[in-house]
Amino acid sequence: MESFLQTLIAGVLLGGLYALIGIGMTLIMGVMKIINLAHGELMMVGMYIAFWMFAKYGIDPYLSVVIASPILFFLGIFIQKFLVNPVLKVDSILPENQVILTVGIGMVLANLATILFTSDYRSTPVSYATKAWYLSDYWNNAPIELSLSFPWTVSFVFAVVITGILWFFLSKTDTGKSIRATAQDLDAALLMGVNVKRMRVVTFGLGAGLVGAAGCLFIPIYYLYPSLGGKFTLIAFVITILGGLGSTIGAIFGGLILGIFESMTATYVGMGWAPVGRFLIFVVALIFLPGGMASLLKKKRMRK
Amino acid sequence: MKKYLPLIVLAVLAVLPLIGLSTYTMHMIILVIMWATVGMAWNLLAGYCGQVSFGHAAYFGVGAYTSGILYSHLNMSPWWGIPISIVVVTIFSFLLGLMVLRLRGPFFTLATLAMGEVMRVTAENLVWLTGGSTGILIRERTWIDKTHYYYIILAIAVVTFLVIKLLVRSKMGYYFMAIREDQDAAESLGINTTLYKTIALCISGALTGIAGAFYTNYMGYIDPEVVFALHDVSIVTIMIVMVGGVATLSGPFVGAAIMVLLAELVRSQLADLVRSMPSLGAAHQVFFGILLILIIIFLPNGIVGDFQKIKRMFRVGGACK
Repeated sequence: MESFLQTLIAGVLLGGLYALIGIGMTLIMGVMKIINLAHGELMMVGMYIAFWMFAKYGIDPYLSVVIASPILFFLGIFIQKFLVNPVLKVDSILPENQVILTVGIGMVLANLATILFTSDYRSTPVSYATKAWYLSDYWNNAPIELSLSFPWTVSFVFAVVITGILWFFLSKTDTGKSIRATAQDLDAALLMGVNVKRMRVVTFGLGAGLVGAAGCLFIPIYYLYPSLGGKFTLIAFVITILGGLGSTIGAIFGGLILGIFESMTATYVGMGWAPVGRFLIFVVALIFLPGGMASLLKKKRMRK
Repeated sequence: MKKYLPLIVLAVLAVLPLIGLSTYTMHMIILVIMWATVGMAWNLLAGYCGQVSFGHAAYFGVGAYTSGILYSHLNMSPWWGIPISIVVVTIFSFLLGLMVLRLRGPFFTLATLAMGEVMRVTAENLVWLTGGSTGILIRERTWIDKTHYYYIILAIAVVTFLVIKLLVRSKMGYYFMAIREDQDAAESLGINTTLYKTIALCISGALTGIAGAFYTNYMGYIDPEVVFALHDVSIVTIMIVMVGGVATLSGPFVGAAIMVLLAELVRSQLADLVRSMPSLGAAHQVFFGILLILIIIFLPNGIVGDFQKIKRMFRVGGACK
């Protein structure tokens, strides 16, 4: 029971961070209709920014969020404007060209990082890395002992706050509403006077900025190496599929489910099998729930 | 002339070892032909049938491990892996197809990618069968000389080429292309799309598996990180075809030659630099990435597919005037 609850807590904390990665990808997928397989590599760039800020200037990784996100935002805009847009225009046999393009971008980013920063594992040795809260400190003779890691909790809270800000941006501001309109129906949005072209650029930047922020939140609790991008790209698209393409709420649920599922597999089946669990849930979702969580939510709403 | 070009190329390739090339050159040529075979197999599924797979490492790896497991568990010659892998990989592809072929477009792409990764992690964790991350080492090499390996892979490549050429020119090939262009339209014209997609997947998988089994025999060592690699197998395969030419017969050869030679060129040119700065070992991957981006933007159908476009580019004051 104790280990189960502990695993559940770890899963939720991990899931909150995963959700942030997934939202960035699902936004891009919703608006652009392309799968960004360079997503994890963008996160890796964000992590390196946070790392160097810490190593050179001693800036706390959590503060780097406000540095890394804007940089990633502009990197995303650059990628969309000069690489993805030209490809959307050319005519080719395979429509999957854009996906393959993002793979190329990811390769360049990952290997440039290897060349520039070597493939050493790095981490930010923050002072609070091993700090934790224990249940017994607050509740004498508690029946079970649970602990809450400090950096994990702070990262989780940050992720929730960023998600909240994003929700506010998407549902209350003009630009946010235009982005959602573009995702729902491109032609209708165009007819309503939405600058679809600009929305696409903004969305890609936004997605990149979000994943950059996620990178900053991950670095105090994780280690960093240039080829970690691939792993997080896979995680991001598993979440996206679980949640339903282009659905932000779905991505949050997807992230939580994946986080919990992964820590459960790690505890009860074995550490090495955690990635298999990840893909199992992915394939099951693809086959039995192709619309993702979003379709379930919609069905529920329809029934009401 | 054009009709006999494959025959001429084959004749040249057949006498190539007789002029006494160095072992190193032979190794390069063998790699080019092997990757061209995998590229042709991928091209059948993706280029002709329109199902872009990001998980050809799964078939390559299963083929390679068929050979390896026959050797390590049953004490058979790993060469048996080549015929046996056809059966094993075909069944494997069929089972995989049951799952992934329900999906379309990008969903299929992602599902195959996931499958490739699942196979890698499974191979790493099923230690009793695959030996885990330690891999399988073939202790006895059949030949020291590369010539035998060369003719074997050349034969495999020729068979692959013929199979794909015949398939593409047959009725089934046109069905494949109909599915690629518009699956719903193909379905409404009475083509059993699921059946033909499964056939394309099985053939493509089996051909890739043979190349994988050859890899085990040739390299003498396999481990999950190498044969189930996402970047070094699945994505390299895609790049070979993208660079060479999607839905062309000769594209994979051109692509494989360019990719293998480019990697080798960068590696040998930078060899001195790498010694002082080991991180430059990844430099060829950067070139791959840049090449892929440029090809997709400027020559979306590859060098062979957009050959006319290239010709036009270099003709001064041509038809565009």
